[in-house]
Amino acid sequence: MTGGDPLFADGLDLAVVLIVIGKTVITFTFLLVSVLLMVWFERKLVGDMQNRIGPNRAGPFGVLQTLADGIKLFFKEDLLPDRADRRIFRLAPYLSLVPAFVTFSVVPIGGVFTGGRDGTVEIFGRDTYLQLADPPVGVLVILACSSIAVYGVMLAGWSSGSKYPLLGSVRASAQMVSYEAALGLSVVAVVLASGSLSTHDMVLVQAGAGRNDFVPNWNLIVTGVVPFIVFLIAGTAELNRPPFDLVEAEQELVGGFHTEYSSIRFALFFLAEFMGTVTLSAIIVTLFLGGPSGPLLFGPDWVWGPVWFFAKLFVFLFVFVWFRATLPRFRYDQLMDLGWKLLIPLSLGWLLLIAALRIGNDRGWNSFVVAGVGALVLLVAGSVLSASVRTAMRRRQLGEVTSL
Amino acid sequence: MGYLRGFLVTFAQMGKRRVVTTEYPKEKRPKAVRLHGRHVLNRYEDGMEKCIGCELCAGVCPARCIYVRGADNPPDDPVSPGERYGFIYEINYLRCIHCDLCVEACPTEAITETKLFEFSFTNRNDAIYTRTELLVGDDGKPQELPWEDWRKGEDEHTSAWMRATSPSGSAEFVGRVAWAGELGYGVREPERGQLFDVAKDSVAGQDDPERRAKSAAAARHTPEGDQPGHGTGGSALPTPEGDTGADR
Repeated sequence: MTGGDPLFADGLDLAVVLIVIGKTVITFTFLLVSVLLMVWFERKLVGDMQNRIGPNRAGPFGVLQTLADGIKLFFKEDLLPDRADRRIFRLAPYLSLVPAFVTFSVVPIGGVFTGGRDGTVEIFGRDTYLQLADPPVGVLVILACSSIAVYGVMLAGWSSGSKYPLLGSVRASAQMVSYEAALGLSVVAVVLASGSLSTHDMVLVQAGAGRNDFVPNWNLIVTGVVPFIVFLIAGTAELNRPPFDLVEAEQELVGGFHTEYSSIRFALFFLAEFMGTVTLSAIIVTLFLGGPSGPLLFGPDWVWGPVWFFAKLFVFLFVFVWFRATLPRFRYDQLMDLGWKLLIPLSLGWLLLIAALRIGNDRGWNSFVVAGVGALVLLVAGSVLSASVRTAMRRRQLGEVTSL
Repeated sequence: MGYLRGFLVTFAQMGKRRVVTTEYPKEKRPKAVRLHGRHVLNRYEDGMEKCIGCELCAGVCPARCIYVRGADNPPDDPVSPGERYGFIYEINYLRCIHCDLCVEACPTEAITETKLFEFSFTNRNDAIYTRTELLVGDDGKPQELPWEDWRKGEDEHTSAWMRATSPSGSAEFVGRVAWAGELGYGVREPERGQLFDVAKDSVAGQDDPERRAKSAAAARHTPEGDQPGHGTGGSALPTPEGDTGADR
């Protein structure tokens, strides 16, 4: 394990500061450009899946459509509702935008991890990681930021001083708080497998040779797929993307939390949503698919880190758009049922199973027996849980009948 | 695995290029023959105006968008064959709801609706079409105004809806020619719809209820372009009573 970014090992001087500033600018630019392309990609792909054409007016294949929309939004009138809480109303868009950006700063986007190398690259004679920051608690930064993003949505709806945004923000807080738990529990499984909270170390561990030197040592496989699926679903809910976009729900809540927002503030929410999508995809790639690690094929070594990273990133961007094109929106109670009655127990049970297997490994117990006993315990717990849920439901129905 | 099959459905649509939308300003979908667009004021085959300035259209208009004033025909140079003619005729298209009640009210088939509705005026004065703008040109076709979007063939079928409705709503008169000729077209064929075909088929297949039901269903689902009577040179089909449409 390495002890943080080697860039800061020899103390701070001008070159180090300049490199950090350069990295910040590049990261920010990358995110903005990727949002620009992501919005276009989503509209084009959803259009294709729905037998439409999608944007095709601005620029070749309509690539510049997002830019045109942004310019339009920039020049529109900025409305501030009379009954809005002015200060919070102005603050909310930034509260949802900044976390999306901060989260991305801990994602490693390049570097050579194979062949015993630890992912450092040399920029202007200095060794450094290809990520903006590598705090020892990288995963906690990710979780903290995704929690703060809730406030952006919640305060936006609350401060608008209007009915629909308030409904949207009430939904947002309930939805995001309940899915935060499943998200966190599935991340704990990853942390358990990697043995570190630093995102760089996670990539390093995953870059090592897996079973039979053939299967990659990705957390996706090491943790047994279930945490990955839970993370994907809970992450979609955190992002408020379809099928979990109850917060916006055009058909029911007009625009949900951003009903009263217009002009540049609405653009910030829009930007935050898509930046969040890109960021979450990057996090999934880092946590479960080994980030920028991958085989070096030909040419200079440093090319392949970003290439693998973007290839993996693209898969998830596609998957999120695919979700949007395929799945209809959940009903509110279905959303809560899925979160509390399925995802949280599942991720918790799986975490216990992985922990038991780890302990068994350390003590030298037979892993098959451990797995069998663990599965049996989980099965019993699961059936008890479902029985209690069913009993509660029957009670409620009975109560409804008698109250009539 | 019902959830996953849905993903396959959307995935399979990718790259098919089976586009169900139309790139509107560039291309247009064909319009229904009886579409209610903007009006024209028709003329007889000799060029005389059909409008007699009776103001029935203005009276029946639910949106009150028509303003008509009649005047006596000048004896030496009559505008219409009757005693009076439409001296002022104005329709405000910011108010018109295209209900075609004026077309049904008109005793001389003077006002009918075209399929044209794509106009974008930049001031309210342009929205009020005057008599000179509404009148058909010397070829019997509506005049193209600078703010209207026209494509080839859209100026045809200027009176399809009028020719599809039977006088006073009586079913006996469906498909009978009860109108005068139009400038540039002559006496036009009745605008026949699905009802006509169903009636004909049911007479022919009365002893076979199954076939009758089938043909009725087929007539209901006939694609718009295949309906008889839409073309100008369509064959004169017999009316339910057995007489041809041209026994006026």
